[in-house]
Amino acid sequence: MRNLMKWGVAAVVVAGCSTYAGLANAADPIKIGSILSVTGPASFLGEPEKKTLEMYVERINKEGGVLGRKIELVVYDDGGAGEKASTFTKRLIESDKVDLLIGGSTTATTMAAVPLAERNEVPFISLAGAVVIVEPVKKWVFKTPHTDKMAAEKVFSDMKKRGITKIGMISEDAGFGKSGHDQSLAVVKSYGIEVVADEIYSPKDPDVTAQLTKIKNAVGVQAVFNFGFGQGPAIVTKNFKQLGIALPLYQSHGVASKDFIKLAGDAAEGVRLPAAGQVVPEQLAASDPQKPVVTAFKKDYEAAFKSDVSTFAGHAYDGLQIALAAINRAKSTDKAKVRDEIEKTSGYVGTGGLVSMSPTDHMGLSPSAFHMLEIRKGDWVLID
Amino acid sequence: MFAAFLQYLFSGLTSGAIYALAGLGFAIIYNASHVINFAQGEFIMIGGMATATMVAAGVPIYLAIPLAMVASMLVGVAMEKFAVEPARNADVVTIIIITIGASIFLRGAAQIIWDKEFHSLPAFSGETPIAVLGATLMPQSLWVFGISAIVIALLWYFFNRTMFGKAMLGTSHNRLAAQLVGVAVKKVLLASFALSALLGAVGGIVVTPITFTNYEAGIMLGLKGFSAAVLGGLGNGTGAIVGGLIVGIAEAMASGYLSSAYKDAIAFIIILFVLFFMPSGLFGKRGTDRV
Repeated sequence: MRNLMKWGVAAVVVAGCSTYAGLANAADPIKIGSILSVTGPASFLGEPEKKTLEMYVERINKEGGVLGRKIELVVYDDGGAGEKASTFTKRLIESDKVDLLIGGSTTATTMAAVPLAERNEVPFISLAGAVVIVEPVKKWVFKTPHTDKMAAEKVFSDMKKRGITKIGMISEDAGFGKSGHDQSLAVVKSYGIEVVADEIYSPKDPDVTAQLTKIKNAVGVQAVFNFGFGQGPAIVTKNFKQLGIALPLYQSHGVASKDFIKLAGDAAEGVRLPAAGQVVPEQLAASDPQKPVVTAFKKDYEAAFKSDVSTFAGHAYDGLQIALAAINRAKSTDKAKVRDEIEKTSGYVGTGGLVSMSPTDHMGLSPSAFHMLEIRKGDWVLID
Repeated sequence: MFAAFLQYLFSGLTSGAIYALAGLGFAIIYNASHVINFAQGEFIMIGGMATATMVAAGVPIYLAIPLAMVASMLVGVAMEKFAVEPARNADVVTIIIITIGASIFLRGAAQIIWDKEFHSLPAFSGETPIAVLGATLMPQSLWVFGISAIVIALLWYFFNRTMFGKAMLGTSHNRLAAQLVGVAVKKVLLASFALSALLGAVGGIVVTPITFTNYEAGIMLGLKGFSAAVLGGLGNGTGAIVGGLIVGIAEAMASGYLSSAYKDAIAFIIILFVLFFMPSGLFGKRGTDRV
């Protein structure tokens, strides 16, 4: 009986709260919900993203918030699992009643949340890579990171400049590498390049010299392109050197972090890869509009967390800035108005590049967002 | 053509030796208790991670290695004391499930104690590849072969020539009888966990320069090691080595001559085929149950 009473009281309190929440007034916080893979295999994405969101929300609140309202950030950790991402998104929409969603560290968690955002008509800015998130365009879904397709295009245009027409590909047989591999094959022909060897490896294979030997012996091969992340590309790079293959080796943007150079060691010398300006702020030209943005972000992040800034942290920063700018322009948190304003984002200079969205492009990054880097003496050198 | 074949073989031997070393760790605990310890991969990870972080912090490697081995042994002992021993009257299957739980716990703990990044160790004798008839092999692979050979010799000696090793085997065959003839059964189980954790740590340390390590490196090593151990016959050291090499070489040959897309499938087909005809593995004793 007492239990029943307790529940009864709780129910009344909850009901009271929700009617109160219904009557939003100017003093109510703006609620941003976020599902991130803070733990689990994708934690290298989710952890810096969470730290970044928390740091900037705190800072903006100190400066008075947006539209005179504080921002309230609700973060749930999906551990990299799609079904959890879906459950938490539901909770964010239905019980936390958020105004906007940022997150989905991986393509899998994003895609699990997409149907919910679409059905409930909540603006959703994803922090994941694959092109399927915004192609075909979904009314309520946007994203900030570069796509794997753009990375492949950057690599192939660099190869074309060097007169390379026949390449070997070695790709990770999972998520990121697989999607990158498929996107690469889709665009490679338009650069006049032929893939003469196409090999894969599992994300945790200890040795890939067999695959590389096969590529090395393919007729006419002039360069090798590896799509993957984690330790795989470092093992590929080391095995590449072990076999003494005297061809240019390209990596994807998945390894654009100092960790890769540390793991691969000397073998990384001469490796080329596409990366966002965020990786090399000090090397960008003074005239580059991105330079002040990425320099400031790097400074803020590294001062706050005493660890190297990653491009992933930058994606969260861009997502938050785009969202808040849209709320500012919409002068309310009305979901439909905010969505329209996000779509009208134009000329935003972020850590990922210049962003101009449109009804047909919910990412809005121009190809110039990627730079080509080469590893020399254990550091990045900006090629173009 | 021959150079390519040799390179595939070296590739297979390198992976295979790593699987074999991981597989060997399953033997000791299985021999002592018929339990398959699914946290074996985590012992390997702890060995590698502890050494790598200590070396990165400036501890000389000859000091870091024994310290990491001791740390791993302590984890093994703690696991036996706090997770396995309280359930000593339970079924073997229950204890196996407990080891799965322990492995998840250890991964989580490693994530908190260390971090989520990949770590590496410098190769023991440099990174200059050894060229053999047009193919190349890293010196670190030779370390893996050598250590596996030494470990199997020691295991053989332990189980066949020492009283404690024999007591361990005796305990696995008949716990009650072993107790009646004066074997300290509790101590046997504790020692088996300590030893296999030690063995795991050794494996983790020698393979880290090749594969790198992070908090979940134990999943792959544990799984491949388990496949190697099952293929060779659980509890048999030679079996684990042969099993590991077969899996590794099959994978490399499949990627070399067929397509890398089929390499995992080929390895699993071989395992299935062998187990179909020899359910207790290549070197396993034919199991009989008295009804």
